[in-house]
Amino acid sequence: MSTPERLSRDDVAHVAALARLELTEEELERYTGQLAQVLEHAKDVSSLDLSGVAPTAHAMAVVNVLRPDEVRPTLDRAEVLAEAPEVESDRFRVPRILGEAP
Amino acid sequence: MSPTGLGDAAALADGVRSGGVSAAEVLEGYLDRIDAREGEIHAFNLVTAEEARQAARAVDARVAAGEDPGPLAGVPVALKDNLCTRGVATTCSSRILEGWQPPYDATVVTRLAAAGAVAIGKTNMDEFAMGSSTETSATGPTRNPHDTSRVPGGSSGGSAAAVAAGFAPLALGSDTGGSIRQPAALCGVVGLKPTYGTVSRYGLIAFASSLDQIGPFARTVADAALLFDVIGGHDPADSTSLERPAPAITSVLDRGVEGLRVGILSEHLDGAAADVVARTRMAADVLAGSGATVEEVSVPEVKLGLSAYYLIAPGEASSNLARYDGVRYGRRVAAEDTVTMMTQTRSQGFGAEVKRRIMLGTYVLSAGYMDAYYNQALRVRSMIIEGFARAYGTFDVLLGPTAPTTAFALGAKTEDPLAMYLSDVCTIPTNLAGHPAVSVPFGVGDDGLPIGIQILGPALSEGTIMQVATVLEANGGVS
Repeated sequence: MSTPERLSRDDVAHVAALARLELTEEELERYTGQLAQVLEHAKDVSSLDLSGVAPTAHAMAVVNVLRPDEVRPTLDRAEVLAEAPEVESDRFRVPRILGEAP
Repeated sequence: MSPTGLGDAAALADGVRSGGVSAAEVLEGYLDRIDAREGEIHAFNLVTAEEARQAARAVDARVAAGEDPGPLAGVPVALKDNLCTRGVATTCSSRILEGWQPPYDATVVTRLAAAGAVAIGKTNMDEFAMGSSTETSATGPTRNPHDTSRVPGGSSGGSAAAVAAGFAPLALGSDTGGSIRQPAALCGVVGLKPTYGTVSRYGLIAFASSLDQIGPFARTVADAALLFDVIGGHDPADSTSLERPAPAITSVLDRGVEGLRVGILSEHLDGAAADVVARTRMAADVLAGSGATVEEVSVPEVKLGLSAYYLIAPGEASSNLARYDGVRYGRRVAAEDTVTMMTQTRSQGFGAEVKRRIMLGTYVLSAGYMDAYYNQALRVRSMIIEGFARAYGTFDVLLGPTAPTTAFALGAKTEDPLAMYLSDVCTIPTNLAGHPAVSVPFGVGDDGLPIGIQILGPALSEGTIMQVATVLEANGGVS
């Protein structure tokens, strides 16, 4: 497995945008250094040839957990909506979503 | 032991059940201790004194009516602030959840109440459980009750400190990479990370879902076992919950270690401080003297655990924390459009460590890097599981230090994330394997601060590792 290039400022700016985080120039600089250091340490993992090893996503895998399809109590609507920042007609209200950059 | 003194939970519950002491008296004793020292420790984000008094009165009423309130009757329990409590603020020590009152209880909270326990408050933690010192909390750090210039460990530092300071005889924490065991070690209390799937995660606010597990803190091994027996067992509300009967390890704790095969995990001695290594060897001698066979064993794969963890856990976290977007609950920063609203909400709501891990996780899962990092880490996870399986072919349990050093000074590692991550090096492999492990206090280091010994076992070996912990506990005062 080839190890990717050292993490760049642009990489960090890109993932911050994907994760909906806004960083100052100073933060961008600091996080780039810190994250590059962690990824540098991770070379002991990323540089190994593990083509013959199967991945494990869950150590105690449980599959096909089903339950009877029956009506059960759900969360109380008023109690849930009471925690919402903004509500209109029993719905979560958000600001404008059309006509903006993705 | 005085009825409201620093007694063990089992004795307190017996006293309350038999009517020898009231739950209300027990509670006031603990609230007094919180009043006296919470100002300097900051173990809690919230002390729920009034709710606790009400619960204690209800327990006393049941005793008066001739009913049995349960195995934890009247025992105060502190809850890590990532466990949902209906109508009681649950913050994960994050500004983004400030003031949020969950509309439901975590399964463990329901089970505690059903066992007669009294929830006494919500404990401080590293923000979203990301940290090893409780310093990333938005509400400020918790201090170690043994030396307030030191950290209590983390991320469940508030729960560990609460038990160590005598604010509660029992506490719950969560352990994703060591967040129960490492603070237990640094605060000189017992902390058990159970097998993945034995304790329901329903109502535990998710950090890394394939690694997170709830577990007990206590002053004694027997109390930790009692609390584990109460909270464990299958829960249909958690689809990763194992279909098994409730644990019952309390009854097997005194079986000793005669004939048990104990392996000293040599990788965990490398890099540990000299006093920590010395105490680990002393613990091995105690077990050998109690009839166990003890040998050193190497599991080289565990050395890759730290890197694999810091690729897998942030990956899962970046996905889990995408839900904090200012739409349905928690903080919202108002803006003209939704993307700006979400971006401002997250940028102002999350602290530095959470942002670091979200970005790291987003990066290792992103197109072009996922194979080199995340998928590679999942393969290493398989290697670690195989390494442990090899060791458990020869040994019943493995032994090592819980943390490489005793409690470090506040601020010592906050500017160097990698140095902070390294304090979890001994605890992380267990989570990757889904196995149980317990940290038990075993004397003090050169600085007079507690040292924890970690006993690791294969899946579902809680009974065995707690038997070993019981023997160490009985012989741990020797300096």
